Amino acid sequence: MRLKSFSANAAMICKGAILAIIALALMIPAASADPLPIKAGFIRLPHSRETISILDIPAEDDGIAGARLATEDNNTTGRFLDQTYTIEDRRLKEGEDPLTALNGFANEGISFILADLPAPDLLKLADAARDKNILLFNTSAPEDSLREEDCRANVFHIAPSTSMLTDGLAQYLVWKQWKRWFLIQGSHPQDKLLGDADRRSAKKFGARIVGERIYEDTGGGRRSDSGSVQTQRLIPVATQNAPDYDVLIAADASEVFGGYLPYRTWDARPVAGSAGLKPISWDGSHEQWGAIQLQNRFVKLAHRRMNDRDNQAWVAMRMIGEAASRTNSNDPKVIRAYLAGPDFSIAAFKGERQTLRSWNLQLRQPILLGDGRMIVSVSPQEGFLHQTSVLDTLGFDKPETKCKLQ
Amino acid sequence: MMFFSARLFSARLLATLLALALPAQALAFTAYVSNEKGNSISIIDTEKLAVTKTVPVGQRPRGIALSKDGAELFICAGDDDTIQILDTKTLQIIGDLPSGADPELLILSPDGKLLYTSNENDNLVTVIDVARRKTVTEIPVGVEPEGMALSPDGKILVNTSETTNMAHLIDTETRKIIANILVDARPRSAQFTPDGSELWVSAEVGGTVSVIDPVRHVVKQKINFEIPGLVKEAIQPVGIRFTEDGSKAFVALGPANRVAVIDVKTKQIDKYLLVGQRVWQLAFTPDGKYLYTTNGVSNDVSVIDVATLKVIKSIAVGSFPWGVTIAK
Repeated sequence: MRLKSFSANAAMICKGAILAIIALALMIPAASADPLPIKAGFIRLPHSRETISILDIPAEDDGIAGARLATEDNNTTGRFLDQTYTIEDRRLKEGEDPLTALNGFANEGISFILADLPAPDLLKLADAARDKNILLFNTSAPEDSLREEDCRANVFHIAPSTSMLTDGLAQYLVWKQWKRWFLIQGSHPQDKLLGDADRRSAKKFGARIVGERIYEDTGGGRRSDSGSVQTQRLIPVATQNAPDYDVLIAADASEVFGGYLPYRTWDARPVAGSAGLKPISWDGSHEQWGAIQLQNRFVKLAHRRMNDRDNQAWVAMRMIGEAASRTNSNDPKVIRAYLAGPDFSIAAFKGERQTLRSWNLQLRQPILLGDGRMIVSVSPQEGFLHQTSVLDTLGFDKPETKCKLQ
Repeated sequence: MMFFSARLFSARLLATLLALALPAQALAFTAYVSNEKGNSISIIDTEKLAVTKTVPVGQRPRGIALSKDGAELFICAGDDDTIQILDTKTLQIIGDLPSGADPELLILSPDGKLLYTSNENDNLVTVIDVARRKTVTEIPVGVEPEGMALSPDGKILVNTSETTNMAHLIDTETRKIIANILVDARPRSAQFTPDGSELWVSAEVGGTVSVIDPVRHVVKQKINFEIPGLVKEAIQPVGIRFTEDGSKAFVALGPANRVAVIDVKTKQIDKYLLVGQRVWQLAFTPDGKYLYTTNGVSNDVSVIDVATLKVIKSIAVGSFPWGVTIAK
């Protein structure tokens, strides 16, 4: 009606303006109806159920539960940013080629992959993903080689390395003045890696290994109705005639003997390493620095306590969320640049910001020392200094790295 | 470590001597301090600079706030999932407010009728009618809501969410979110300048304070802290308070054991004041002359003389002091 009083020309301009407004109006709902999707996948080879304590038998949703919780957290944030996060689970069978899972995810347009896999499988994925615009997040493999000579430019390491863990323990034992170590190492190659890391940490922080033994794995299962009777007789004998020592260090990556050591050694000495006081990235008993909030959310979702692998998966997924919320992008190239750049840091309930080592994409983090019931201490310990970040007193540092990212 | 504690000791000694040298000029106000692990409220006479009473309350008391007339103290008892009401005369708990799960911090509307509280476990801000002791509404916010602030005119409520890393601006009339502003990691406290022109948000893990334009909804500046001899990870800004004239800001720096004094106009840091360990929340005496800081790890409260910018006293309180508020 009002248009009639206008000149034809003005009416036309008005029409144009109205069309523009309509076009704009159409654009806005279109944009908000299509939130930015950030798709992640989880490839996992379930961990051994052969654990010394039944409390440590992995749950069906071991690891992935942490990623699911972080996906929920990211989606809560995503509501305000018009972003949606998803995580898909792919569980491998023993001996199954992980590349099938990788290719499946790639075909679905999933470009962020959390890997809870042994080191050789992870490397295989990394090399296959190189030309695919896919980023990998290592949520469990601790091998230092993955961060050093075998490092890859498309793999972020959320799990701490073996050397970060043994350094975290060594700092505490040295602070405690328990400097004479009696090392018992298992007979598997993984045990040797762990034992080597213990030796290196001892040397680095001024502890001394006064005696060493190998504990042979003679095979057999962990469960029996009369297990405690035998171990009570076995362990004292296995640890007798040791030189004077302050603490027994167990290097048992395969759950063969470590758990049997505490309270059964010939000498009345504490045990640390793979049993007793363990260096860990996370524990169900950790509650400081607001961690209780994360623990509560996790129990609500998974109906069990959060272990280190759950936590590492949570952190990985939160890192993806952090980068996507800051860059408003789901492009792996943009996400990688943000995570590896100077602006990235993440709050992960361990008392200080966590950042990435730019030279090998390892997440810097404090190491918890726990006995399975409580957190006894958190490393780095006071007094261990570093010119850039005290967190770099843990594990291989930049000047000694063998990593050349490519 | 020895060196550090010796320094702390001498600072305390100096502070005590100073306190002795000063004439007793402070007016008698009452400071309330919540002790997170002590499950109690320490009551401090600000003239005597001493705890006069310790009142047992619910589990894990953190955020506290006084009613407008000062007759009641509202206490977030997080592990009891409630807000307790303490009668400040009789020091008896006289009731509860329906807070929602795990209330952590709270703020009273300018007319004193509504309480806004953050529920850490449920990603909600709960609005409570104080007189009717009823929940009015719940507003979904980001993950782990924490800090709460109101604009001086009471029109904008701000909530920070620690894992979402945002300041959520909420219209108090419609109770809808009007803006979500990303800040650095783990935002803890939010505070408007007294003229309402700026909103400051501290990021504990990020180590910064974001200065937000509350009209344009953008971070216009970030304040960084550098303390010689301290690693940057130890600098964790938490509580923020402005002097009444809006010229100075005080920011608690957590495990850096210091309070930063900032010139609000230039955003330059004038001074770092050494206080107790893991300094957490801050409150002025009503006359603005003194600032009280809760020091979580050293189980004490530091008293800062605002005019001279000196720490004049440490007062031992309960276990893990967290919140502080001071009545007339």
